[in-house]
Amino acid sequence: MFRIILAALLLAFPAQGEETIVADLSQNNVSITATFDGTGILIFGAVKRFQPAPDNGPMQVVIAVAGPSHPVTVRRKEKRFGIWVNIDAVEVDEAPSFYAIASSAPLDQVLSATEDLRYKISVDHLIRSVGAPSTVSDPTHFPEALIRVRQNNGLYTQKGGQVDLMDETLFRTQIKLPSNLVEGDYKTRIFLTRNQLVVDEFVTTLAVRKVGLERWIYNLAHQRPLIYGILSLTIAILAGWLASAIFRVLRLN
Amino acid sequence: MQIYLPIAEVSVNAFLLLGLGGMVGILSGMFGVGGGFLMTPLLFFIGIPPAVAVATEANQIVASSFSGVLAHLKRQTVDLKMGTVLLIGGLFGAAIGVQVFKALKEIGQVELLVTLCYVVFLGVVGGLMFLESLRSIRHAKKSAGKRAPRKAHNWVHGLPFKMKFRTSGLYISAIPPLMVGASVGVLAAIMGVGGGFIMVPAMIYLLGMPTKVVIGTSLFQIIFVTGFTTLMHATTNYTVDMALAVLLLIGGVIGAQIGTRIGVKMKAEQLRILLAILVLAVCGKLALDLLLEPTELFSLGPGGH
Repeated sequence: MFRIILAALLLAFPAQGEETIVADLSQNNVSITATFDGTGILIFGAVKRFQPAPDNGPMQVVIAVAGPSHPVTVRRKEKRFGIWVNIDAVEVDEAPSFYAIASSAPLDQVLSATEDLRYKISVDHLIRSVGAPSTVSDPTHFPEALIRVRQNNGLYTQKGGQVDLMDETLFRTQIKLPSNLVEGDYKTRIFLTRNQLVVDEFVTTLAVRKVGLERWIYNLAHQRPLIYGILSLTIAILAGWLASAIFRVLRLN
Repeated sequence: MQIYLPIAEVSVNAFLLLGLGGMVGILSGMFGVGGGFLMTPLLFFIGIPPAVAVATEANQIVASSFSGVLAHLKRQTVDLKMGTVLLIGGLFGAAIGVQVFKALKEIGQVELLVTLCYVVFLGVVGGLMFLESLRSIRHAKKSAGKRAPRKAHNWVHGLPFKMKFRTSGLYISAIPPLMVGASVGVLAAIMGVGGGFIMVPAMIYLLGMPTKVVIGTSLFQIIFVTGFTTLMHATTNYTVDMALAVLLLIGGVIGAQIGTRIGVKMKAEQLRILLAILVLAVCGKLALDLLLEPTELFSLGPGGH
């Protein structure tokens, strides 16, 4: 009973400026080069406060890194005439290409369901799916499948207890970015919670960009497609001729 | 050594790609097939997005076919005249095929139809070649030393516009090669392959060309059809991955040279029965994928209309 009253009080009087997050990333840019094989980002920070730490429950930290969102078509196979065929398809309007959550304790202990929904922290709150066709009887299975498939690919992760806390002030975690990373701005959000309620939120951006040869090839392919196509063919023909010439020399010797 | 592919946006092992390219290149040189029917499913398997795999594969086939055809030109086993006639038909066919592909895409289910196309064509072609090769091997054993009976004249020889194809030793109408070229072109565009595995048997059984000439001529024609396809994909879908293509083709061109030399040392019947077994194996794998229940029923694709 006391907890409920306390929670209500906290909601009524938000902890304005009592505790604020100061945080940074080990790097603000991730460069995708030809030999890019995934990388780790260190996210660290501290809690700034002008009064002693409040005693309503221990301090907890939730960190969420989200890749750029794109629409996705989720298809389901069914058996028709003895073979497995894609039958139903549901268009998911928005789904992040990458999403990692790290928290100082299991997420359900750190965050209440309402706060999770309000700040859109769990991945299922980020996936927006509205226009499922009426022919699909169970449209909710499709966003679930999307999450499952991406979890299996290592693109969606959720780890409780991965954020290290020190003295109710310092925190840090390591987020692993996989090798199949998509270019874009990765929104990094840090939440400070007490008693399952969000006290402060800190937002920063991690820019993931192709550089060097990768950048050049990508730009050429999209801006000068005909030249790119001809160049690809030229490389192919030259390589074919070169191999033939080398083997002829080898055979003569 | 991991390498990040700029268009496919995935990181893969460079040596794996070199090895795959080399393996498919050997087959390409031995049998005169582009190898696309093998390489494209292999690329799907290592996690390359299908659209990128199909487009980049076309580019790689240009390289291995070019390398192969040079080796065949040296030995004068390319019928350039026949190749040109087939090519004219092939480009017409590819243009029609691209339109058919677009129409199928609008209905949806393009993936299923492509797989079914593979299963049906690989099954029929592989089965026929296998039986034929078995029969000719048995025949050769029974009547060792005796010459095979001359080919009987069929309807193909009754058509007008006769042309002399000196390298093939044929005097036939230009209509059947044009038709073969066109129908292979249609299939090539729909299935995203060079079409050699259909072209080679069609040349042997429909046109009656000698096996040794068939391979070089098929490679010659494939260069142009896949070159055309590469340009189409590069300008419309932006799915040709240059880095992936370079890695595949380094392995591929070397493999094609080795394959051509292996092919010379083998008897035509042995070559044919090996190709038949290979075609049937790929067909069986694709058929199983359709028949067995997949572990994950759901699949993700790019959205947006």
